[in-house]
Parts: sequence; structure tokens; C-alpha cells
Amino acid sequence: MSTVQMQREGTQAGRVGPSYTWVWLTLGVLLAISTVRTLTGAHEIDSSGSLQAAIIATCPILMAAIGGLWSERSGVVNIGLEGQMILGTWGAGYFTYYYGPWQGILGAALLGAVGGLIHAIATVTFGVDHIVSGVAINIIGLGAAKFLAEAYFADLSSDRGTGGVKQLVGLERPPSFTVPGVSEWTTDIASRHWFVVSDLAAVVAALTTRMSWVTLLVFALVALTAWLLWRTSFGLRLRSCGENPQAAESLGVNVYRYKYIAVLVSGAFAGIGGGYLALVASSGFVTGQTNGRGFIGLAAMIFGNWRPGGILAGASMFGYTDSLPLRSTATIHALLLVIAIGLFAFAVFKLLRGDRGTAVVVAVFGGLFLLWFLVTKEVPRDFTSMTPYIATLLVLAFASQRLRMPAADGQIYRKGSAG
Amino acid sequence: MSIVSRVFAALLAPLVAVVAALVITSLVVMLVGGSPVEFWGIIFSRPADRVFVNIVNQSSMIFLSALAAAIGFRMNLFNIGVEGQYTVASYAAAVFAGAALLPGKLNILVSLLIAMAVGALWAGIAGVLKVTRGVSEVISTIMLNAIGTTLAGYLLLNYGQQYGSGRRTTPLERSSEFTGWFPFTNADGAVWTLVILAVLAGVGFNVLLNRTRFGFDLRATGMSETAAVASGVDVKKMVVIAMMLSGAVAGLIWMPALFNGAHYYGPTFQAGLGFTGIAVALLGRNRPLGIMFGALLFAFLNEQSNRLTLETDISPNVVQITQGVIVLAVVIAYEVVRRWRATAEQKAVTRKLEEARPTGGEAVSA
Repeated sequence: MSTVQMQREGTQAGRVGPSYTWVWLTLGVLLAISTVRTLTGAHEIDSSGSLQAAIIATCPILMAAIGGLWSERSGVVNIGLEGQMILGTWGAGYFTYYYGPWQGILGAALLGAVGGLIHAIATVTFGVDHIVSGVAINIIGLGAAKFLAEAYFADLSSDRGTGGVKQLVGLERPPSFTVPGVSEWTTDIASRHWFVVSDLAAVVAALTTRMSWVTLLVFALVALTAWLLWRTSFGLRLRSCGENPQAAESLGVNVYRYKYIAVLVSGAFAGIGGGYLALVASSGFVTGQTNGRGFIGLAAMIFGNWRPGGILAGASMFGYTDSLPLRSTATIHALLLVIAIGLFAFAVFKLLRGDRGTAVVVAVFGGLFLLWFLVTKEVPRDFTSMTPYIATLLVLAFASQRLRMPAADGQIYRKGSAG
Repeated sequence: MSIVSRVFAALLAPLVAVVAALVITSLVVMLVGGSPVEFWGIIFSRPADRVFVNIVNQSSMIFLSALAAAIGFRMNLFNIGVEGQYTVASYAAAVFAGAALLPGKLNILVSLLIAMAVGALWAGIAGVLKVTRGVSEVISTIMLNAIGTTLAGYLLLNYGQQYGSGRRTTPLERSSEFTGWFPFTNADGAVWTLVILAVLAGVGFNVLLNRTRFGFDLRATGMSETAAVASGVDVKKMVVIAMMLSGAVAGLIWMPALFNGAHYYGPTFQAGLGFTGIAVALLGRNRPLGIMFGALLFAFLNEQSNRLTLETDISPNVVQITQGVIVLAVVIAYEVVRRWRATAEQKAVTRKLEEARPTGGEAVSA
């Protein structure tokens, strides 16, 4: 009890600063985007349609990242997220066809959890290297989904969906909702392109118009994860397995059990991410649908410093860039200006903190982005799909001192090693 | 332990893994209503001459890929980025070779060097990030895979020549192509000339690791970094060099195909070999001989599975499950056997001590 309380006070005391930072940061971003939008006329940058597309692209990445968080917080590196996600897309297709969309989401979680179980057996019970097991699971997941699709979906054809050797489309979608009144009102305001007001309205409109219940479920699961892992004794024990399993063991924590739970949940969450991709982001299962999103989820988790809030920010950023290819090239071009402004703001912030060296480097990058914006008319689409990966590399390269992964993450733990 | 039990212990793990893979694959086949007997009958039938040739060709590429991964693994460096490295390197080499700046076979030689250099540089990014900024090579190489694949796609789309519905690099001139070696009739196809690269790389790997100081340093760093540092190894330098060496070998992966049949980088480029290579390296315990068997096994399964499409309802993709299971089962089996051997040795030592102990042994232990 007392440890839980201390933990609680500890995190709250640490929260006072950052929570204001987040508020200021959000306001700053809003202001910057609104300014750029007004200057360039690229209103698509944060129209409610763009934001909706971004939310839909964010959810699968977010689920994979939160899945990774569960696993890594218990000390098991899970690079099999991609494979578990792929299994999830198949599970979503199969269970939706035969039972319905909500069962489809459950089926996705189930299939993902099977992938998690294999990972847990290999890494926890047998003590195999985590990366090795993850690589094998990615191979198995990819092969299994292709194989199962050909075996089970090839001959399906009815009003519930149309199958093929590589797909099962036309499935029933999970229900969505529109908040009456609010939706129309905010959509109207958003379409007037007022400074800041329309941007805020677009956010509300995106959240209240044809919003899938599954999206809500995803955000609920993120909140639940944050609460479970940081606000309960269960979470404290689970995280202690990722920080110092020997110490946890000596205090009577059944480390194997917690690792198993964490890796199973991890697989299930990645599976739900795959299910979302199949049922909400598109109209059914297609092989190769995940397209590396499990890896982007992994990147978002690292980007977010193994914390739910940071992961949400990382996944949103990656999700937004993921949805960009759907937008006009002028919009992507205008984003260069947003990035430039952001970098300049960061440089000023660093300068005020007295870190002149970093400030100069960041300002130079900002200048380059500004130059890019001024001398070109559009950005090649391929570059936008590279953004999440390059951003992660840069964050790792320039902010790795600020990142802190769980202390015993990726280490092989054997029961009784505490002596 | 006696010789018999040593041999037994060495072969136990791969045997267990193969049995596990057979059982699980049979179960999967039964799950979809197929007959395991018929399935294995087709897989283990004698390959046609044409398939033989394909197996040799494919296994050379898988071998190179696995070797690239193994160089890193021997040093505890997880180069997951072989996929990206050989994609970027293949594109660069194909562009250079297609430009035909040099005559005939010299063009091939320089193209190979370019492939190695580009692969080494791409892998070097991860190495430098690791030693200067402490970035885990697992994550950075995963990111570099995605960046490399996108980059090659972008360059091909914008600078490649139109070919059907896709794009390709300028095809090679006839003088810069190999004809290969025809072991059967001409219709059965040629064994690619540059399959020899796999043999050379395998021999080179063995010599480098077991006969040179560099190899000793590399293995020492992999086994115990602290011990290596204590004996004067510059670990940071080793990380960058090992990573670049790994990337250089990765750059060669697709070269046998390019100069013997593919002729250009385009829609026919064989992606995914990087991940297969990682699996085969694990299967072969990062030793050239083991990797060779692994590569032949994977190529054999891949090529034989093509017959499934014609003769049964079972999808050839099932062999991917088999391959994944083999890898997982092998690493699990080795781990279990290692632990079993450690316990057995410990017991043997204890027994020897007991026997050697004189009657008044309590005095020794006290």
C-alpha cells in the first residue's frame, strides 16, 4: 500500500511541470498551424476531413505502440508486433464474416494474443533471445496469414463479404456515431476558415462526426493502460519486472506470470491494431495490409519514451503523416512551413535555456525547411511516407539522453536468479 | 562427457527442431483439411532438374544474406537491416552497371564494389549512431530498412525508364552479362556464375573469423565485451567495422541474379531475402557450414512448395510457417540443450570431486 502511495505522489509531483508544458505546446502548435493555414490557404491542413483521416491512421499505430509498451514495461522486447498485427487482420476478417464486427475485433485480439503467447513461451519460459523470437514471429505471422487466407477466404462469397486468395472484403463495419447538433455546428464553423476558432471547431467536428465506436475503444484502452500500469499495484509489480526482476522476485512477485500477462496483452493489443486496420480503416482483410505499421508502432513507443502520453503524441504524429498521401500536394508543401516554425520555436526555447549550440543547429535545420518551402512548389509523396522513420532516427540520435527504457528491458531473466 | 554423448548433444537440438517443425506443419496442413502424407510426399519428392538449378541459385542469395547477418550476430550486433542494405545497394549497382561507363566484365567488377560500398555505408549509419549516440542498432536498422526501401522506390519512379506498368533501371549491355553454367539441358536454366560469390564469401568469413586478429577481436567482443575491452579491443571501432562489413556482404546478395537473368532493377527485384537471411543465420548458428545447410533447406522448401499449387489445394505459403517454426524451435532447443549440458557437466564435476575426496573430506570443504 505504502509503495503504491509513494509511487503515486512521486509521479504527481513530477507531473506539475510537464502538464503545463503540454498545454503550452498544444497551444503553440495550434497557433502555428492556424497561421500557416491562413497565410498559404492550404485549409486541408487541419480540416475535419483531414483530422478524421489522421485519427483513423493513428489508431492502428497507437494500438501496436501501446501493445509494445505492455511488453517492454515487463522487460520483454517485442519486435514481433508486426507479425501479431498481421495475425490480427486475418482474425478480424474471419470472425467478422462468421459472427459480426465486434466479434471481429475480439477475434483480432485473440489471434494477436496467440502470437503473443508464442513470444511469451519462447522468451519467458525458454529464455530465448527476445529479438530472435520476434523475428521468427514476424515470419510465422506473415506466412500464417497468407496461408490461412488462401485456405479459408478463397471460396467465400455472400452478402456478408467477398473472399479471394488474398482478401476478404465487403465486410460489415463496426458501428459509428455522430453527435447531433454539435457535429453540424462545428463543421459549419470549421468551413468558415476563421483564425484559430475554425481549427478548434475542426477538431471537435472530427471527433463528433461519423466517429467509429472502435476508435473510442482504442482511446479507452490507452487510458486504461495508463491507469493500470501507473496507478495500481498490479501495474507497479508489472513494471518492477521490467526494471529489476530479481528485486521483484525477492519481494514475492511471480515474475513469469506478470511477463506472460504483459506479453499476451501486448499481442492482443497489436492484434486489435490489425483488426482496426481491416475493419475501420478499410472494408476488409487484404494480405500485406499492415505494411510495416507494427514497426512504426515500435518507433512510436520509443519516440514516446515508453510512456502513454508520449506514445499518444508519437502515434498521432506518425498517423498524421501516414494519412498525408491522401491529401493534396499543396497541403504537404504547407506543412514544411509548420515544421520550420516549430524548429525556430524550439531553437528560441533552447537559446533561452542557455544551450546555444543546439539552438544554432536546430535553427539551421529550420532555415533549411523554410528554404525548401520557399523554393519548391510541392513535396514528393514518397518523402512523407519516410517521415516517421526519419523522425524516429533523429529523435534517437539527438534526444537519446532523454529517453529511458525500462532498465531490464530485453534481458533474459531466469526464475531463481535472485539467489 | 564421452564422445557419444557430445555428438548426441550437438545433434539433439537440430533434430528436435526438425521434428517440431514436421509435427506443427502437419497439424497446420490437417487443420485446413489436407493430407500430411500427400503434402510431405510432394515436398520430399525428387526435385526436377529445373528446380535443382533454382535451388542452387536461390540458396546462394539466401546464404549471402545469412552470412551478412551472421557477421553482426557473432559480435552480438543485431543487424536487422540487411533487407534495406541490399535493396539500396542493388539499386545503386544496377544503375551503375546499366550506365555502362566501363567495358564488359570490368563493369561487373566495379558494380560489385559499388554494391558493397553502398551496403556498407547504409549499415554504417546504424553503426555510427550506435557508437556516437548510443542508438540501439535493432531500432535504427528497422528504420533504415523502411527509409531505404522507400528511397529506392522513389528514385526508381523518378529516374527509371518506363517498362510495362512499372519502372526499371537501364538494362545491362550484353557484354556485362554472364551466361552461367548449364548442368542439364538449356531449357532447365543456368546456375548463375556469381553463385561463386557465396562460396568466396563463406570461405572468407571462415578465414577472417578464425584465422585473423580481427576475427578474434570480433568473437571476443561478442562473447564478453568487458573481457574484450580489458584485452585492448577498441569496441567502438569494432562495432562500426563489423556493421559495415555486414552491410558490404549484404550489398552482394542480389548480384548473382542481376548479372545472370535479371539484367535490371525493377518489378522483378526479389525483396524479403534480408529477413530470410536472419532466420537462416539463426538456424545455422552463425557458422558458414550451418548456414549453407540452412540456406539449402530454405531454398529447397521454397522451390518444392511451388508444386503444391498445381497438385493440391494447400497454399505454398505453408512453408513459411514451417520455416518460422524451424527457426523458433532451433533456438529454443539449443537453449534447452545448453542448459541441460551445463547441469550435466556440473553434476559430472561434483561426482569426480566426490570420488577424489579422501575419507576425511570434511576438512577440505571446511
